[in-house]
Amino acid sequence: MSQLVKDPKEKSFFTTLAESPSTNEFIKGIWKDNPVFVQVLGMCPVLAVTNTAENALAMGFATTFVLVMSNILVSLLRNVIPKEVRIASYILIIATFVTITDYAIQAISVDLHKSLGAFISLIVVNCLILSRAEAFASKNTFIPSVLDALGMGLGFVLALFSLGALRELLGNGSLFGMSIFSDNFQEWIVMILPAGGFFTLALWLLLFNILKERRSHGK
Amino acid sequence: MENESLWYIFINASLISNFVLAYFLGICPFLGVSGKLDTATKMGGAVTFVMLISSMCAYGINALLIAINAPFLQLISYIVVIASTVQLVEMFVKKMSPALFRALGIFLPLITTNCAILGLALFQTNKGYGFIESLVYALGAGIGFTLALVLMAGIRQRLDFADSPKVVKGTVITLLIAGILSLSFMGFSGLGG
Repeated sequence: MSQLVKDPKEKSFFTTLAESPSTNEFIKGIWKDNPVFVQVLGMCPVLAVTNTAENALAMGFATTFVLVMSNILVSLLRNVIPKEVRIASYILIIATFVTITDYAIQAISVDLHKSLGAFISLIVVNCLILSRAEAFASKNTFIPSVLDALGMGLGFVLALFSLGALRELLGNGSLFGMSIFSDNFQEWIVMILPAGGFFTLALWLLLFNILKERRSHGK
Repeated sequence: MENESLWYIFINASLISNFVLAYFLGICPFLGVSGKLDTATKMGGAVTFVMLISSMCAYGINALLIAINAPFLQLISYIVVIASTVQLVEMFVKKMSPALFRALGIFLPLITTNCAILGLALFQTNKGYGFIESLVYALGAGIGFTLALVLMAGIRQRLDFADSPKVVKGTVITLLIAGILSLSFMGFSGLGG
């Protein structure tokens, strides 16, 4: 009966949702444990393909797909795979899905495949995917693993996009290929060069560090 | 691409298109192991060695896969070969020089997930290099990787004594320096003709 009475302390739907463990698995990847800005994982694609916003998004979603699929398979097979050969098995699972992604992207858009180049294949050695398989999917059941992979993937997409958009905006004066500034805008060529990748990532990390510093001072 | 001289391939892989600073391959060890000059040199040596062996294997595998008409197995077989090469090197080093084995520690098995090595195998296949060209390419890439790592380690050792603000300590300052290094390596473009 007590359940029917409206408890003034009863949490709203959204607070319950926010505090439930499964939402936590999802959210943590986007903000608190963001794979790029907080864990500093999977740096190679983050720097290499973020010269335009479009490339960054494509790379982010390709990685998310591989991450979700490999987390699913690893979590389903976690009791079957012998402990001694688990890393090798994970790498094989990941490599299979990366091959699928590689061919799929080639089928969807040849131009995109060309501009991403070997970096699609290099998703195999993205430490983010292996670390999620080893640290999460191998110890958890199906649903949390999927949520974890989705959250981490989305966090990765966000990070890639924030880098790619900034670099394209400053380096090309455009966003998704559309001109943003007037013709007088002097492009910052350095931003689309390799060096720009290092600088942009350094600046985003700096921002995160400052925010962290502020928060710990506020407490 | 057939008429690239070996010297050009070497200079291109080590300086002009430096794997770390222009292609962003092997960033994880670059950020992780570049704290000390000593470890950086040894790590570079180990990576160069694995690169040479896996480049040879990748050449053979690629020829085999083309012969049996199964190019979709490329990625899977490359990664398996690299993982086994690293395992072999690890056992070899452990047997021959336990001191070096202890010094390298965890970084030795981690070479497997170093994207520079898989990247090298993929690039040499894409560029259609022959056996000798692949070897020179691998040697150049390995030396370039070592060079970047050693430069970074040298700078970071000096940086330990500098009074940098707390928020930029660690990864941020390392990335900023890497950016400046990358800019300076652009000066090599056009070298080797």
